[in-house]
Amino acid sequence: MLDVRDLHVRIAARHGIVRAVDGVSLQVAAGEALGLVGESGSGKSMTLRAILGVLPHEAKVTAGQIMLDGVDLVPLSNSDLNRIRGPKMSMIFQEPMSALNPVMRVGHQIAEGPIVHLGYNRARAAERALELMRRVGIPDPEQRFRAFPHEFSGGMRQRVMIAIALSCDPEIILCDEPTTALDVTIQDQILRLLAKLCAESGVSLIFVTHDLPVVAQICQRVAVMYGGQLAETGEVREVLLDPRHPYTLGLVRSAPDVEYVRHSLVPIPGSPPSLVAPPSGCRFHPRCKFAEEDCRVQPTPLRELPGGRATACLHYERCEEAVAADRIGP
Amino acid sequence: MTFVAQRLLMLVPVAIGVTIVVFFLIHLIPGDPARTILGIHATPQRIALLRKQWGLNRPLVSQYLLFMDRLAHGNLGQSLFYGTPARPLIIGRLPPTLWLIVYAAVLAIAISVPLATIAATRKDALRDHVVRVVPMLGLGMPPFWVGILLIYALALRVHAFPVSGYGTGFFGHLRSMFLPALTVAIALSPVVIRALRASMLNVLGAEYITTARSKGVPARRLFLRHVLRNAVIPAVTVLGINIGYLIGGTVIIENIFAIPGIGQLMINSIFRRDFPVVQGVTLVFGVLVVVVNLLADLSYAALDPRVRFDR
Amino acid sequence: MSAISFPEPAVAIEPAEHAQPRPRRWYRQPALASGAILLGIIVAAAIAAPLLTPYNPIKQNLNDSLLFPSAHHLLGTDQLGRDTFTRLLYGLRTDLRIAFIAVLAPFCIGVTLGSVAGYFGGWVDVVLMRLVDIVVAFPFYVLIIALVFVLGPGQRSIYIAITLVGWVSYARIIRGEILVAKRQEYVLAARSAGLSAVRIMARHLLPNVITQAIIYAMSDIVQDILAIVTLGYFGLGVPPPTADLGSMINDGQNFLPTSHWQLTTFPGLAVVVVGLSLSLIGDGLADLIRPGQS
Repeated sequence: MLDVRDLHVRIAARHGIVRAVDGVSLQVAAGEALGLVGESGSGKSMTLRAILGVLPHEAKVTAGQIMLDGVDLVPLSNSDLNRIRGPKMSMIFQEPMSALNPVMRVGHQIAEGPIVHLGYNRARAAERALELMRRVGIPDPEQRFRAFPHEFSGGMRQRVMIAIALSCDPEIILCDEPTTALDVTIQDQILRLLAKLCAESGVSLIFVTHDLPVVAQICQRVAVMYGGQLAETGEVREVLLDPRHPYTLGLVRSAPDVEYVRHSLVPIPGSPPSLVAPPSGCRFHPRCKFAEEDCRVQPTPLRELPGGRATACLHYERCEEAVAADRIGP
Repeated sequence: MTFVAQRLLMLVPVAIGVTIVVFFLIHLIPGDPARTILGIHATPQRIALLRKQWGLNRPLVSQYLLFMDRLAHGNLGQSLFYGTPARPLIIGRLPPTLWLIVYAAVLAIAISVPLATIAATRKDALRDHVVRVVPMLGLGMPPFWVGILLIYALALRVHAFPVSGYGTGFFGHLRSMFLPALTVAIALSPVVIRALRASMLNVLGAEYITTARSKGVPARRLFLRHVLRNAVIPAVTVLGINIGYLIGGTVIIENIFAIPGIGQLMINSIFRRDFPVVQGVTLVFGVLVVVVNLLADLSYAALDPRVRFDR
Repeated sequence: MSAISFPEPAVAIEPAEHAQPRPRRWYRQPALASGAILLGIIVAAAIAAPLLTPYNPIKQNLNDSLLFPSAHHLLGTDQLGRDTFTRLLYGLRTDLRIAFIAVLAPFCIGVTLGSVAGYFGGWVDVVLMRLVDIVVAFPFYVLIIALVFVLGPGQRSIYIAITLVGWVSYARIIRGEILVAKRQEYVLAARSAGLSAVRIMARHLLPNVITQAIIYAMSDIVQDILAIVTLGYFGLGVPPPTADLGSMINDGQNFLPTSHWQLTTFPGLAVVVVGLSLSLIGDGLADLIRPGQS
C-alpha cells in the first residue's frame, strides 16, 4: 500500500549539506505496523516527514519515490498533498503539548479534519469529534470538547493527537516517537490503545522510536536505520532476537530485554556519524567490532535474506555467532 | 474577574502620584495666568484681584488639597481662560482625539499585518529584507514632517482629503481624519511590524503548525486559524504599549492638522497658562493611557487561554 | 499563499559532530556593518562641517535668498540667503550632538535603578515600579513639552526633560534581565564566595545584561533625535538662528508647493537616514547577540 523507493532527503545546513536520508526503501502493507528504529539523527523522523511532505524548508527530497496506492507523492504540489493528508495519511507527534494549537479548543482541533476534508458541517464534525474522543478513551468528552490543550495531562493530550489522526479514517498513521515524552505507565496505555485501534480499523502504522521494547510491543515488522540508511529489516521477533547487523546487535545489547537476561548492558562505543561527510563504505564500520577491510570500502545496500529479512551488513554471520554466545537464559 | 480587579487596585497609588506630579508641575510653569489673560489691561490691582478670586495666592499644598477634593467630586475646576467649568470643555474635545487614536490603530494594523506576513512567510528572502528595512525608515520619520508632506501630497496637490479639521458626520470624520490617522499609523507601524514578524516566525516554526499541515489544513485556513491567531497575541501587547506613547503624540498631530481635540486644547492651555485645564487634560491623558493598557491586557487574556487560567 | 516556507522545526536536527559554526564577526553582519558605515559617514560629515563647506550657517545674505541648487549651492539657499547644505550639516551637528549626549544620563540612571530594583526586589522594587508607572502614565511628548515649557526652551531643558522621562525604559529592561540573570548559577557562586551585592551587580550581572540596554539605546537615540527635531519645529528647541533640523523644516514648509520643496524635505530626509543607520546598528547588534531572533 505504501511503497517508499530509494528515498533521499538532503538538508541545507550552515555547515554543509546534510544527507539525512540516503537511499531508504520501505514497504507497508494494509493493516500492518512497521517499526522504524534508530538513534537520534539516524534519519527516521525525516523519513516520516518526507512521506507526509511536511519537511522543514531547508530539507528537500532529492531522489526517490513515495508510492501511496500507486500514486507517487514526491512531485505533488502542496495543495494536492493536502488532500491526502488527513483522509489517507496522518501523523502523531512526540510532544503533544507543543503539537497542539494552544489557543484552539481541543474539540475543534479534532473536528477540523472532517470539516476540511469530509465536508461535514460544524455540528456533524463535532459529533464525530465526540465519538473519536470516546474511542481513544478520553473521559467526559462533552465537557472536554471545549477545553484547551494546556488543561490536559500529557497522556490525555496524546490521546487527543490520536483522535485527530483518526478523524478522517486514514489508511496509514505515521507515529513520530509518540510515547517518548510520556511516563512509562502512560506509555503502555497509549501503546495498547494504538494496537487496539490498529486491529479494529485495519489502519497501518509506521512507528518511529529509539526504544526497542516499544517496537516489540506494537509492530509486526521493523526496519533499523543508521546514519541515514537502512541497516536491517525483517519481522520484529526475528530481528530483535536474532539480529543480522552489528548495529542492531549493539542496540539490543544496550537495552534491557523482556525476553531474557543478559550478562550486562553494553553500550555501543563511539558516536553517531556525521551526515555531512559520512564514513565511506558501511557507515557503521568505525564503531563495529566485526569490521573488516571490505566494510570500509564497499557500498552496503540492503540485501535480501531468506525468510522475508534483509540486511546491509557484509558479514552478518558474525552476529549470529555473537547472539548464540550471549544467551544465558531461556 | 480578580485579574481585572487586581490591575485596577494597583492603579490607585499610581493615580495619586500622577495627580501630585500634574499639580506641582503646572504650578512650576513661569508666567502668571492672570497677567496673561488680562493682557494689555493688566494693572497690578486687577492682577491681584483676579489671583485672589482664583485662589492662586493660597499655599500650594492647600490648593492641591482643594484640587483633590474637587476631583473626588468629579469637578475638574474652572477654566481660567474660558471662565467655564473645565470638565465639559475637556469632555467635549475628547471625541476627535478618540477618533484619531482608534483610526490610527486600525490603519496601523491594516499596514502591519500584510507586511509582516509577506516577510515572515519567506524568511530571509528578498521580500523579507525589504520589509525589515521599511520599519527602520518609518522609525526615523518625524511625525510632523510626515504630516506636512501628506498634507501637501494628498490634500493640496490632489484634493483627495481636506487639509485640516474634523469634518462633520461619520463619513466626514472618516475623510478628514484619514491623513492625521495615517500619520500616526506610519509612526506606530514599525514597532508593530517588527513584533508581528518576529512572533509569526516563532509560530511558523512551532510544532502545532506541523500538526496542522499534517492534517492537510489548506494554506489559507492554516494561516488565518493557526498562524495568525497565535501570532497576534504578543503583537497586541506591543500595540497597546505603543498606543500609550502615541496618545501623547496626538498633541503634535492635532496641532499640524488643526483637529479640535484634547491635544490641541492641551498645547493652547499651556501657552495660556490655563492651569486647571492643563491639569484636567493631563489627567485625562493619564486615564486614556491606563485604559488602553488595560484593554491590551484584557485582549491578551481573551486571546490566550493559557493566561486566563494561570491566575 | 501556495508556498509558505516553514522554518526549521523546534525539535532540532542533530548537527554533525565536527560542525563548527563560523564565529560571528561583527563586520560580517550586513545590517551592523552597513549601519555603522552609514552612521560613520554622517557623523564624519557633521563633525567636518566647517571643512566641507565654506559658508556660514547663520549669516543672513538677503541678496542671495532662495537660489536654486547649483554648483555653488548644492541644495540652494533658504529665504534668508543661507546655504541649505551648510545648514543641513550644521543642523545635523547640533541635533546629533544633543541626542547622543542626551541618551547618556537616562541610560546610566535607568540601568542603575533597574539593577537595584531587580537585584534586591522587595519594597525597593515595588516603589521603583510604581514610579515607573507614574512616569509612563504621562504621554511622552506631553511631558517633554510641558517640561521644556517650564524650564524654558534651549539645550539644557532638553537634556533635563529627556533625562526625567527617558530613564524609565532602561530601568524596565535591566530590571527584567536581572530578575532572570540573578537566578543563574554564577550569581549563586558569587554570593557563596561572600562578594558584596554591589560587586556582584557591577562585575558579574551587569556585563551580561547591559547588551540589551545598549541595543535599546540605539532606538532611544532615534527617539531623542525625533523629540529634539519636533521641539525645534515648534520653536521650543535650540533657539534660532542656530541651525536645527526641526526649525529648518518649519521655515521651509511654506515652500513645499514651490520649486524650493527641498528646504523642508531634506532636513526630514536627513533625520530618516540617521534613524535608518541607527536602526541597522541596533538590529545588527541584536542579531549578533542572539542569532536569528531579531
